[in-house]
Amino acid sequence: MTTKEATYTYALRLGDDALILGHRLSELCSRGPILEEDLALTNISLDMIGRAQALLKYAADTENNGNTEDDIAYRRAENHYYNHLLVEQPNGDFAHTIARQLLISVFEYLFYTELEKSRDENLSAIAKKVTKEVKYHMQHAIDWTIRLGDGTNESHKRMQTAINDMWMYSGELFEMDEVDQYLFREGVAVDLIPLKAHWQNRIQTVLTKATLVTPEDGYMQTGSKKGVHSENLGHILSEMQYLQRSYPDAKW
Amino acid sequence: MVDTELYPDQVYDLISVIPDPEIPVITIKDLGILRAVRIEDEEYIVTITPTYTACPAMGMIEDQIKEILSERGIKKVKVELTYSPAWTTDWLSYEAKIKLKQYGIAPPNHSSCSHMFDASEKVICPRCNSKQTELISRFGSTACKALYKCNSCKETFDLFKCH
Ligand SMILES: [Zn+2]
Repeated sequence: MTTKEATYTYALRLGDDALILGHRLSELCSRGPILEEDLALTNISLDMIGRAQALLKYAADTENNGNTEDDIAYRRAENHYYNHLLVEQPNGDFAHTIARQLLISVFEYLFYTELEKSRDENLSAIAKKVTKEVKYHMQHAIDWTIRLGDGTNESHKRMQTAINDMWMYSGELFEMDEVDQYLFREGVAVDLIPLKAHWQNRIQTVLTKATLVTPEDGYMQTGSKKGVHSENLGHILSEMQYLQRSYPDAKW
Repeated sequence: MVDTELYPDQVYDLISVIPDPEIPVITIKDLGILRAVRIEDEEYIVTITPTYTACPAMGMIEDQIKEILSERGIKKVKVELTYSPAWTTDWLSYEAKIKLKQYGIAPPNHSSCSHMFDASEKVICPRCNSKQTELISRFGSTACKALYKCNSCKETFDLFKCH
């Protein structure tokens, strides 16, 4: 493995997280529980798609074989996507959307804050922008988790169920494979192992404030770093790639 | 004078008047989107930076830069996007903040954004200057704004978020 190959994979994985979560959130456009929330979720979605564009462009530039960020976004098969399983989970009820947002945005806030120190100038520059944006996503998710958890019996029950359902996808966020390890040694990648304790602390603080129980770590789903996904990704791609498959090279 | 002999500073001045597509009372220079102009291989390279990574106005700004320069006979233009240094509301000039307020958008309060967005923070209504305002949503009509309401004049307004 060369630094170039590893950097390509690393940027691709980060870009895929943003792309797939951006698409998931865009499904809520016009379906938010209230107008302000509709705007909030789609604003977050837009941030994600902007982030995906920046990261996938960097992946394409690194690969340097003529592909653009659009080729990368729309022309891969399912097993060549490397987003975390968490971000492809369905929106479900509003509690599930918020639970997913809480787990991923706290992780991303901690992750991108560390990535700012990367020796890779491009990743560091993108990370500095992302950190500013993801702070808002995290605050949004924290507010709603507390509001729903410490709300009515019904909202409390649903929020607890959602956290429990999403929990088994959180273990994967802290896995280090050979790409992570190689780039960590190069001073490029984030060491995910020490991040886990910080993440658990923050999540537990929020859940406690929301009168919710932090789930015990049980069986954790895994596979995305090898391109193994839940059945949900295929459904997302069939919609997301429809236009490029039906009308190849279509432009706005 | 042949236009291709324009100094980068002159090109900068020509395009600095372009208004922001979403907040037309301030220019891309006021906002800090326009970063620099240089010449490389007989081509003008214009560097711009997005306010937010997904700022949908970037494509439009690029087109307008090329259009204005094309009218002056300058065809060799490349617009480059940079993410570093990351855009910040610290770059908004005092004049730009006044213009925002007159337009009905509360300008960002702080010059430093290291703190978390604080919902209890006092935001002054751009219409009636009341401090009796409250946050409706952290996410307003565009990524860079939050939605507030004024309990004195009963109007809603946007806050340009500290970033
Ligand atoms: Zn007022």
